[in-house]
Amino acid sequence: MFLSMFGNALILALQEIRHNILRSVLTTLGIIIGVAAVITMVTLGRSATQQVTEQVASLGSNLLMLNRGQGFGPGRDRVSAPAFKLEDVDAIRREVAGIQAIAPLSSSNATLVVGNNNWSSSIRGSTNEFIVAGNWTLGEGREFTEDEETRGGNVCIIGRTVNSELFASQGSALGKTLRVGRYACTVIGVFKGKGQTSFGQDQDDVVLMPFPTFAQRMAGSRDVHQIYVSLEDGIDSEHVKSRLTTLMKERRNQTSSQNFSIMDTAELSDALTNTSRTMTRLLGAVAGVSLLVGGIGIMNIMLVSVTERTREIGIRLSIGALEHEVLWQFLVEAVVLSSLGGLLGVTLSVGLSFGLSLLMGMPYVFDPGISLLAFAFSALIGVLFGYFPARRAARLNPIDALRSA
Amino acid sequence: MNRQSLIEFRQVTKTYAQGNTSYQALKGVDFSIMPGEFVAVMGPSGSGKSTVMNLIGCLDVITSGEYFFQGVPVSQLDRQQRARLRRQHVGFVFQGFNLLARTTALKNVELPLIYRGMGKRERQLQALEALDKVGLLPWAQHRSEELSGGQQQRVAIARALAMQPAILLADEPTGNLDSQRSMEIMELLYSLNREQNLSIMMVTHEADMAAYASRIMHFVDGRMDSDQPNQPVLASHPAAENASCS
Repeated sequence: MFLSMFGNALILALQEIRHNILRSVLTTLGIIIGVAAVITMVTLGRSATQQVTEQVASLGSNLLMLNRGQGFGPGRDRVSAPAFKLEDVDAIRREVAGIQAIAPLSSSNATLVVGNNNWSSSIRGSTNEFIVAGNWTLGEGREFTEDEETRGGNVCIIGRTVNSELFASQGSALGKTLRVGRYACTVIGVFKGKGQTSFGQDQDDVVLMPFPTFAQRMAGSRDVHQIYVSLEDGIDSEHVKSRLTTLMKERRNQTSSQNFSIMDTAELSDALTNTSRTMTRLLGAVAGVSLLVGGIGIMNIMLVSVTERTREIGIRLSIGALEHEVLWQFLVEAVVLSSLGGLLGVTLSVGLSFGLSLLMGMPYVFDPGISLLAFAFSALIGVLFGYFPARRAARLNPIDALRSA
Repeated sequence: MNRQSLIEFRQVTKTYAQGNTSYQALKGVDFSIMPGEFVAVMGPSGSGKSTVMNLIGCLDVITSGEYFFQGVPVSQLDRQQRARLRRQHVGFVFQGFNLLARTTALKNVELPLIYRGMGKRERQLQALEALDKVGLLPWAQHRSEELSGGQQQRVAIARALAMQPAILLADEPTGNLDSQRSMEIMELLYSLNREQNLSIMMVTHEADMAAYASRIMHFVDGRMDSDQPNQPVLASHPAAENASCS
């Protein structure tokens, strides 16, 4: 009995959907757009968060960076503060516990030349420990030898971007000569890629030289611009930071003020993750509004179509349909259209967010939660607003329903 | 009474409430209709003739009095029971046809049978049979919006016939048709009444159309003014024409 009733409702509902394709498509379209928009926005937000997290991780986790000056910001002079010295590095290594790797770092920019190709890049002078602290990995070749590290040598390790810009046509860059400014060095290694930072800076556009070589040929001084300190696992970075601060203040003869700063990637990571979490919330709010608007759209189409269909309801009642049979038909129709729209919306959103995250170079993360939520919400609205106006119409005296057209 | 009347009205009234005012469409009407009759209900607009038909078809409920359908007191049935009575025994034909526009003639005729829970093959057969009776078999697969007015009305009649109703209720069935189509529809109704012994009640305000019926009721101002038997006059039926010569 119930089965045959439901079967009839299904037959009639599908028949109505098929015979009124345009109306059905419009109803479904509202749901598709609502669902797809919400899922796409939230997914992109999540992807951005994940990307930021990954980028911060690529800087090296548990990394402290000592900079001269008072850090970023207006009125904070970085250049006029005295540079660090190599002796500072040794002192820190000696006196602060829990350090995994520590490296002096000096940088400048120079034009690279290979054959007829020019490329401007960031040149860095440091030690093998920089590779560890900076979370770098060698793709091919070798690190510096101890001799090169302490006394200098005409060797360099290049980043992926430099490799592809200058050595793409030459197969491997290993053993080739690279002219850096007015000096030449031999490429002994190529780093694996790390990608862009969240500030849009290409980390792979880099040439690493032994610190003595850099000091002698590029900088003309043994000034250390930055000190990279990476901590052992499980070490409290706050504790190390305060030890470092005390030590450096002492070494730089400072009592109250401080002309250097310590940046902590863990802190940076937290800050960036918070920022992008806020962004995701914002996107979520926008998405919520568009889901609401989509819902109102669905509601409108459903209401209009039921009003328009009151006469149809009258016809059905007058030729012998019972009230609940008409209702079942409308309910099945609403369920079929809403869930079809929802499914298409989810499918569309998968395509859209996959394409967009690919386009923006972000990782794609499928989020089943929001997909389900958006689907359920629009299906619910579709069903509610398909059902209740139909119930009102089916409760009319058939003759009133017939006259309403 | 050796034969049970199909429909019996006893002091039936119907009042429509419109906001604060109310309007009495029927002011106490008595009549009965026997199976096999072809009754034409006539009267000026507002006389209550359509109200009578809607009440008989259970599309609307009476305000007071008593209404028996095949001996069943309809005034005591609830909404659901009235709907079941309608779907078992009453076929409707409206002035505005009331077909589902984007649906084929066949599917329109099948619709009441679907609601009766009839199987697919059986209901198709019965629907095709009904379409054949109104001469529209070749048009079975056309959508009703593609058909002419006369054809649509014949589909509506087929839809009513397919239900094998105890009574066919027709509300101004020719009101939207030209005189040629009107005649065709009336001849169809006439022959269905004669050959299939189908009980018909038809509301009309045209004397030409009422002339096909075997009994004519006149309503004026919510009361029955006259109720007389009628000898049908049929232009294209010489036998009937001869018989009615007097």
